[in-house]
Amino acid sequence: MSSLFSQEVPLIFYLLLSAALFALGIVGFLIKRNLITVFMSIELMLNAVNLSFVTFAHQWHQVRGQIFVFFVMMVAAAEAAVGLAIIIAVFRARATLAVDRIDLMKL
Amino acid sequence: MNGSLHLWLIPLLPFAGFLINGLLGRRMPRPLVTAVALLAPLASFAIVAVAALNFFWHIGNFASVLPFTETCPIAWISVGTLHIEFSLVLDQLSLVMLLVVTGVGLLIHVYSVGYMAHDKGYARYFSYLNLFLFFMTTLVLAGNALVMFVGWEGVGLASYLLIGFWFSKTSAAAAGKKAFIVNRIGDVGFLIGMFLLLANFGTLTFTEIATKLGQDPGWSGGVVTVIALCLLLGATGKSAQLPLYIWLPDAMEGPTPVSALIHAATMVTAGVYMIARNHVLFDHSPFALSVVAIVGGATALFAATIALVQNDIKRVLAYSTISQLGYMFLGCGVAAYSAAVFHLMTHAFFKALLFLAAGSVIHGLGGEQDLRKMGGLRKRMPVTFWTMTAGVIAIAGIWPFAGFFSKDAILYSAFQHGSLGKALWFVGLLTALLTAFYMFRLWYMTFLGESRSPQLHPHESPWSMLGPLVILAALSICGGWVGIDRFGSFLASATGPTIDPATAAGGKSLDLILSGIAVAVALLGWLIAHMFYKQKPERPAQLAAALPGGYKLLVNKYWVDEFYGAVVVKPLMLFSTYFLGWVVDKAILGGGAWLLGGTATFAGALLQRWQSGNIRSYAAWLAAGAAALLLFVFIPWTTVLADIGIHLTQAGH
Repeated sequence: MSSLFSQEVPLIFYLLLSAALFALGIVGFLIKRNLITVFMSIELMLNAVNLSFVTFAHQWHQVRGQIFVFFVMMVAAAEAAVGLAIIIAVFRARATLAVDRIDLMKL
Repeated sequence: MNGSLHLWLIPLLPFAGFLINGLLGRRMPRPLVTAVALLAPLASFAIVAVAALNFFWHIGNFASVLPFTETCPIAWISVGTLHIEFSLVLDQLSLVMLLVVTGVGLLIHVYSVGYMAHDKGYARYFSYLNLFLFFMTTLVLAGNALVMFVGWEGVGLASYLLIGFWFSKTSAAAAGKKAFIVNRIGDVGFLIGMFLLLANFGTLTFTEIATKLGQDPGWSGGVVTVIALCLLLGATGKSAQLPLYIWLPDAMEGPTPVSALIHAATMVTAGVYMIARNHVLFDHSPFALSVVAIVGGATALFAATIALVQNDIKRVLAYSTISQLGYMFLGCGVAAYSAAVFHLMTHAFFKALLFLAAGSVIHGLGGEQDLRKMGGLRKRMPVTFWTMTAGVIAIAGIWPFAGFFSKDAILYSAFQHGSLGKALWFVGLLTALLTAFYMFRLWYMTFLGESRSPQLHPHESPWSMLGPLVILAALSICGGWVGIDRFGSFLASATGPTIDPATAAGGKSLDLILSGIAVAVALLGWLIAHMFYKQKPERPAQLAAALPGGYKLLVNKYWVDEFYGAVVVKPLMLFSTYFLGWVVDKAILGGGAWLLGGTATFAGALLQRWQSGNIRSYAAWLAAGAAALLLFVFIPWTTVLADIGIHLTQAGH
């Protein structure tokens, strides 16, 4: 029991998890049509990166990585507020959240 | 006369007139336009006249106060070692010239009030005329070559504007352009002359150049000759001498008072004035002086022969002007500058008179300029007739009219100027014969005999036109009585000494004999004209038929215009059209622009397919780019390149 908890999880597992989450985020961002899902995929990618930051900070006993994570979370929160507001506005205007239909900038 | 003469007011008042009439003239009532236009030259003339009278009555001795220099307190150009002031100089030469310019200018302004009374561009006309006076007085008062050049270019501009005054007429617009372009050719000479003056003397001030030349006798020939010839080129352009005379006959497209003021009395004499102003330079180069004399003599004879057969009253006078300007150059060329300026003055009187009288005739005939359609105007236009008669006798050089004294002074100086001078004297005499002939021809064809156009009803001109005619006629009679001796000694400090007949070779009797010959020749010219155009009016046609070659040559003005057209204008036009127009403009510049634009358009057409508007495709490209960057970082480039034979070495190793 104790061996299970006292033993450190190797670095590579954290990084693999982070990479997997990031890849999931990319795939979700690319293939999903719903704007909210796409938005959530971006959040997923951000948090994948956060995970690797924390991992390295722990590994090298550096506090900077952790501070950076706080910054990312803060920006993500702001972004979520703005992004959701935009999404609501888009939905009110177009009555749809399908990414492919929001193409006013097209030539 | 202490303190300032306020010379700067002389050019500036006409400039104010130009601004007022030019900017507001169209909205002002006509009497106000007239008042502004006449006040400007009147005030300038008054300033000059008051200054002259002051010197004359209160001081008597001009030499003690002149030259009088006025310099703008702010330096005009100050770069490195080059300092040029905006300075105006009043000396004997510029005083005489100013009196002529503002005096004759004033008379012609008055005349124009009558002549242009019915023209739509009344205010525009007077604003240009005032602008001309501004630049001309600047030119005359200039204390250095650069200020003179400002005036020089300015009168060219005014001349252009006034020749093309009726610009809706194609021939007038073309004539203005021709005058402007031909003058530019001469101006190149003037400019290069100024550059050489700066390079060799380090100054453009006339008095300083004269001092430097006087201090060092080593200045002769060589560079001085080149400078003098460059200035001469400028003078031939402005004063319509061979080979640049071609613009002046065409300049007759302008209103007649303009022809009188600018293209006879004042502006075209600027070249003579410039040579007299720089006479020290010419004195140091006998070669340049001979060139001046030969150009003058050749032009005098050449233009006089053309004038023999012209049928347009203004063109006869135009060629006559060229011929008389040639006389002045001849005078300058034999170093008789004061005689040349004397002729300049008398010529201004009688040629302005002749042009104004011709204008009165044209006005009375409702625009008719062809001598062949005139005749019998003596009874209809008595004042014009009598004043013109005075002008004709004056230009023919018959004693005691003004032209006699000045022409005689030039011929006498030429005769005393070595063997070249004797040849030029003969040319001058021949020219005098031709001059008398063609002027009396014009006189007979216009005023005597029977009217050849009975349908026209000529009327005498208003007094605003006749008044100036009468004054100028009086000047054409008395203007020469001052005599070359007094005139020459007055000018001596500005233009160098004149020959005194009493002490020169041949003595006083030679002077009298030469004068006698000149008058006899002039009377002979009158006699021939009388025989041709009074006794047997069919004679000229018979003579023309007997000498078809010579007649054709003269009527076609020696085909000089055609020659210049074929040799200069046509090749230039072809070069411009085909090389500059097609090769450079259309092919190189146009093609280059088309190529650049086409490339951008083509590239844009390709790349715009990327901008699908599909957010997920953008995201895919973004992801692909990030992946590509990652790959790029992870490829061990050094090893890969070494494998294919490229070895990257760091600098310093």
